[in-house]
Amino acid sequence: MAVHTVFSPLPGTFYRRPSPDQALFKEVGDTVVAGDTVGLIEVMKSFTPVTAEAAGRITAFHAEDEDAVMPGQPLVDIDT
Amino acid sequence: MSLKKILVANRGEIAVRIIRAARTLGIETVQVYSKADADMLAVRLADEAIEIGPSQAAKSYLSIDAVLKAARASGADAIHPGYGFLSENAGFAEAVEAAGLVFIGPTAETIRTMGDKAAAKATAGAAGVPVVPGSDGVLSELGTAAALAREIGFPVMIKAAAGGGGRGIRIAQDAAELETLLPQASAEARSAFGDGSLYLERFVGRARHVEVQVLGDGVDAIHLQERECSLQRRRQKVWEEAPAAALPEAVRRDLCASAVRLAKACRYRGAGTLEYLFDEEAAAFYFIEMNTRIQVEHPVTEMITGVDLVQEMIRIAGGESLRFTQSDIVCRGHAIEVRINAEDAARNFAPQPGTVSGLTVPGGFGVRFDTLLYPGYIVPPFYDSLLGKLIVWDESREGALARLRGALAELKIEGIPTTASLHTALARDPDVAAGRIHTRWLEGWIDERHGGQLDRLQERIRGQAEG
Repeated sequence: MAVHTVFSPLPGTFYRRPSPDQALFKEVGDTVVAGDTVGLIEVMKSFTPVTAEAAGRITAFHAEDEDAVMPGQPLVDIDT
Repeated sequence: MSLKKILVANRGEIAVRIIRAARTLGIETVQVYSKADADMLAVRLADEAIEIGPSQAAKSYLSIDAVLKAARASGADAIHPGYGFLSENAGFAEAVEAAGLVFIGPTAETIRTMGDKAAAKATAGAAGVPVVPGSDGVLSELGTAAALAREIGFPVMIKAAAGGGGRGIRIAQDAAELETLLPQASAEARSAFGDGSLYLERFVGRARHVEVQVLGDGVDAIHLQERECSLQRRRQKVWEEAPAAALPEAVRRDLCASAVRLAKACRYRGAGTLEYLFDEEAAAFYFIEMNTRIQVEHPVTEMITGVDLVQEMIRIAGGESLRFTQSDIVCRGHAIEVRINAEDAARNFAPQPGTVSGLTVPGGFGVRFDTLLYPGYIVPPFYDSLLGKLIVWDESREGALARLRGALAELKIEGIPTTASLHTALARDPDVAAGRIHTRWLEGWIDERHGGQLDRLQERIRGQAEG
């Protein structure tokens, strides 16, 4: 077992839902496959998806919905 | 009553613009800012600055409570909302007045009426302002549509009442096509939006975007002539001019007169803009909507009229009557504004915040650069990508284009990509020089150029593989 961490590729605002009135993309305990969207980053009103790079189970989110994030900041831990 | 201290409820270049206007009038300024904006130029220029929340606009610049709290704490007697954020929020205008402060803009009632598309169209129609011909509301039965479409004139747009942002639109060239498309459109609207209601509107294929600047004091209103903003990408204006060179003189007179009628009809107070579609072939214009605030592109109007629009807004909010009659407004020459955004034109205009390591600002007669930048400034990623507006004036449009080319050659923003490169290319384009443009021209031009570059790249790769 190894922990794979997804880092923020960009500076901006991190979102855990596709839009404010929709459900979270993923929650702690959910399983993901590589390529699954786990969040969005908004940079100057333009949105970039954050994807899981490995399959496994999500063990932690390091940023909350609507948090300001910087490049290289850890966002999600995946137990592979 | 004259104002003594204005709170600026905005950020970026427009906050700087408002502070400068207030300073000229001897009025103190209070700049509010989010945690991410502590180093912004407006904070440095204002007499006072108050942090009102975190980087997220919803919790800072869009928080009515946070803005009003800062206003009370600083003893400001008025609030300027700029553009975007809370500027067209009727509830905010109401809350400002309920707090005993002056809202620098129109009344909440005007904002509410003109912010509702149907109500704005009805108000415009009642004031004798042409609106895009169409059905009065939704079609009650599809059977009557053909007769109505003939009245409106083909081609017609079939629009889903519940659609938006370009979705749920079909275009019928004639009655036969209308008959085929109507049931399809209705079924599709029902499954896509849960509502099959449709309405019809005349389709204007190659339209120009023109708009009229108005100024009112709640009693009287005047116009400050029109602007043309047809160069757009994804419905965002990137290049604006005043006056609109394509308008025949008689059309210009009618257009501006119609705007004054509407401004008077709604007892407009402050600076506002009426946006129209101009159908060049038919030489007809149609009202689309009104923006009840100062606009990004207001400087081109200032350059040809010599009127400081932001200063006039403040004077009117302070209780002064209009200082000009219509005949006082004399337009001279031609002005062009280009928007310099933190976007990488080579990478599909991806926004790119970061540190501005170097800055060289163009200058000289007829050149103005309204910006939020200074050397070393870190552009934050949380807000829109506008960095500044390069504005030029000359006696003629040709002269203004030449001055723009010179100013763009001088402008150097180092450290982050900007759209200055796009404008350098546009300022040399023969179609732009001849004014042969419409609202969808720029997107086609960009596709062609980038498509062309890709083709050349592929040819080179193929050539290398074969060589």
